[in-house]
Amino acid sequence: MKALEVSGLKKSFGGVQAVDGLAFSVEEYETLGIIGPNGAGKTTLFNLITGLYRPDAGEVLFFGRRLDHVPAHRLAHLGITRTFQNLRLFNGLTVSQNLTAPILGMHGYGLSSAVFRRRRYFKQERSAEEKAHVLLEFFQLADKGSLGANNLSYGEQRKLELARALSTNPRLLLIDEPGAGMNPREIRDLLATLRQVKEHFRLTIVLIEHQMGLVMNLSDRVLVMDFGEKIAEGTPAEVRKDRKVIEAYLGDELKTC
Amino acid sequence: MELLSYVLQQLINGLQLGAVYALIALGYTMVYGVLRLINFAHGDIFMFGAFTAYYLISKWDVPIYLVFPITMAVTALLGFLIEKIAYKPLRSAPKIALLITAVGVSLFLEYFLSLNSLFTPNYIGFPRPFEVTGYDLRLFTITNVQLIIFAVTALSLLLLYLLIYYTKYGRAMRALSHDREVASLMGIPVDGIISFTFIVGAALAGLGGILYGFAYPQINVFMGIMPGIKSFIAAVLGGIGIIHGAVLGGLIIGVSEVFVSAFISSTLRDGVIFFILFLVLLLKPSGIFGKWIDKV
Amino acid sequence: MSFFTSAKRFLLCSIIAYLILKGLFLSGFLTEYIQQIILFSFIAILTSLGLNVIYGYTGQFSLGHAGFYGIGAYTAAYLGAVFKVESIFSFLPILFLGGAAAGIVGYAVGVPILRLRDDFLAIATLGFGILVRVLLDNSDRAIEILGGSRGFIGIPKIVNLEIAFFTMVFLILVTRNLIFSRYGLFWQCIKDDELAATAFGINTARMKLMAFTYGCFLAGVGGALYAYLYSFLHPSNFDFLRSIDFLIIVIVGGMGSITGTIYAGLLWVTVIEGLRIGLPAQALEFRWVLIPIFLIMVMMWKPFGLLARRESKFLGLGKGE
Ligand SMILES: Nc1ncnc2c1ncn2[C@@H]1O[C@H](COP(=O)(O)OP(=O)(O)OP(=O)(O)O)[C@@H](O)[C@H]1O
Ligand SMILES: [Mg+2]
Repeated sequence: MKALEVSGLKKSFGGVQAVDGLAFSVEEYETLGIIGPNGAGKTTLFNLITGLYRPDAGEVLFFGRRLDHVPAHRLAHLGITRTFQNLRLFNGLTVSQNLTAPILGMHGYGLSSAVFRRRRYFKQERSAEEKAHVLLEFFQLADKGSLGANNLSYGEQRKLELARALSTNPRLLLIDEPGAGMNPREIRDLLATLRQVKEHFRLTIVLIEHQMGLVMNLSDRVLVMDFGEKIAEGTPAEVRKDRKVIEAYLGDELKTC
Repeated sequence: MELLSYVLQQLINGLQLGAVYALIALGYTMVYGVLRLINFAHGDIFMFGAFTAYYLISKWDVPIYLVFPITMAVTALLGFLIEKIAYKPLRSAPKIALLITAVGVSLFLEYFLSLNSLFTPNYIGFPRPFEVTGYDLRLFTITNVQLIIFAVTALSLLLLYLLIYYTKYGRAMRALSHDREVASLMGIPVDGIISFTFIVGAALAGLGGILYGFAYPQINVFMGIMPGIKSFIAAVLGGIGIIHGAVLGGLIIGVSEVFVSAFISSTLRDGVIFFILFLVLLLKPSGIFGKWIDKV
Repeated sequence: MSFFTSAKRFLLCSIIAYLILKGLFLSGFLTEYIQQIILFSFIAILTSLGLNVIYGYTGQFSLGHAGFYGIGAYTAAYLGAVFKVESIFSFLPILFLGGAAAGIVGYAVGVPILRLRDDFLAIATLGFGILVRVLLDNSDRAIEILGGSRGFIGIPKIVNLEIAFFTMVFLILVTRNLIFSRYGLFWQCIKDDELAATAFGINTARMKLMAFTYGCFLAGVGGALYAYLYSFLHPSNFDFLRSIDFLIIVIVGGMGSITGTIYAGLLWVTVIEGLRIGLPAQALEFRWVLIPIFLIMVMMWKPFGLLARRESKFLGLGKGE
């Protein structure tokens, strides 16, 4: 079954054609890596899938369902979440609240439960906190639950982004450059974490990343973008050998990994 | 024929008011361009210009051709100081903190200057240094005050245009409006250009103050509030950050205000301006000439 | 029931505060004027709390809060005059309706303008506030008893210590329960990052509207109390400067802090009214010279206010059990 199917997707900003007739699909439980030089349109693709931008043309199917007219805030409910390239945590909240907020967005309680503190309020609050705790343990952040999110180190904030994206039990997870701004040690750590995520949560993943080691290691398939178009697609091994890819972008970077 | 000439007459009156709004709106739009700040105190700079001219003319008998440059220099200095003292320390603060500070500066200027030992809160007659005469052009009459306002406004627009498009300061200002980070990477002295923008904007507001005094010769420390807000609305209407947008916006607001007073009811004039504001914000927040995209 | 049991500490503090105040009021120690000021401080707290929900928690900057306060006041006064309200029991529904009117107008205005951000929202709400003022000034043309620029006279003085105090206590509790629920959490998410909030399933338009409507409701209740405390309304009581008053209380106390709003509200009314008693009349004009300077200094040192996002353990205003 295809988890995600994108066809003829286009988006331009002023004169810039950020995404230009892109088409690809992702099988359920597959991990697709997306690489491409800066400005290739990768993040724009995510923004289109998650409804933050409306496409100029083309369509996106999620398990066969068109997403065009689904409001952006419904997507998490349908099972699509993402991380952001530049961290976008809820910095005024605690680490744990960064997870309980999305969780309570999925399984809530009504206004009167809140105002009058009915039983349902306590039940749902507690179960959200427990769920958040489990996730924080998974990411080794459990002892930091009551800190402010902006008090975490950079690497920890990256983990919290991932944890938050997993908090709503997504079926499709879009990860945008998790390794941005990390040193080689942190990258290795991240790789291990992402492996665990793949094993532990049965998910479909689309992963944008510049760190070749990471992409090639984690992806079942890799898609290469340049100027908003797909220039190659295949298994990591195939993509490594593709002439066009090497010319357009990878060059010497590939040799080093 | 009667009606046509009445409409034309009101149009002239509206353009007179609109020209003053345009001069104030330019300052808002330029400052918003470089700082993304609604400089709430801008209307008070306009007021200070009117008072400066009042003192120059009626207390110190300064000749009229000197009143203009001196007043503009005084308000320019005020604009410069406001930016340096109140806004600059908040350059990296949250946007709303800066906005609240601007509200604070505005209130401070109004209430400080309204002290009885200073300008007092009362209305004062503004001394026109010449007699008002009207010239009958058959369909409508135009006064010498209106001619002065149109001429001075047109001339300053021309100078401003040259400044912005043909000098290195103007180019730097435009670069800064476009993207502050890139501009500073390109070696543009950001602080200097921000100061420069305030100086130019405040000088224009001062000019607006003098002209306003000629046209509506009753001044008061709170006189800047409504024209200030309306001029800001004019800037939004034209497309905030866009020079010719501010001018067109100012003229539209001025004419609408006068038309509503003339044809409907003068108590509704402020209401209509806010109605225009809501329409613009809802239909096209980027204004007539604007094109802005949010970046994720 | 757990509405009360989950706030034992706060209720205890409230009852003690009430008993002390009642004692003072009965002792004849406080002049009528000072009693009125104390009751007014509760109104200021309640109304500012509404603004804190809108701005402090949800991040929607409003410069027109006094407009909603005015709508509450005039609605309650008008309904009271129509239905000849004179007793406490017939007053309570009026109090609620004053809040509801402000809430409904807040909702109607909020639908279009809450799409705007930061400074544009500021201008839109400022415009709304000025519009309300203009309408109130001309209100007597439509409805004679509203009084227009002469003011609305002859409102019975019904608000006493019990009504003002317990209305405030009750609504503080309701607010706390909202803040420490998923709704409050969503509001804070929106304030921090609206886009991320959307991406994680929060219907931001709806949540902003809810916060705005509720905040305006609180302002409306505050206004209704005001009307029946002072028994006279004038459009100038609801103009831009009043909006600034409430804003200062929110900012000084701290954005996103109920406790801060309570303390700052008490402090603000004490300072403003205290200066009126303490200073000679000529010096009074200095108040609004000093206040903006104070405001600017707070912005420079503590742009989020003194108790930003913290609650007092002593008052028991945290999440509770
Ligand atoms: N909101 C926007 N407004 C204008 N242009 C935009 C916007 N978003 C993206 N672009 C432009 O679209 C192009 C693609 O940008 P995008 O962020 O998708 O690239 P990317 O592949 O994610 O790059 P990077 O590897 O640097 O993250 C760029 O030229 C960018 O400047
Ligand atoms: Mg990107």
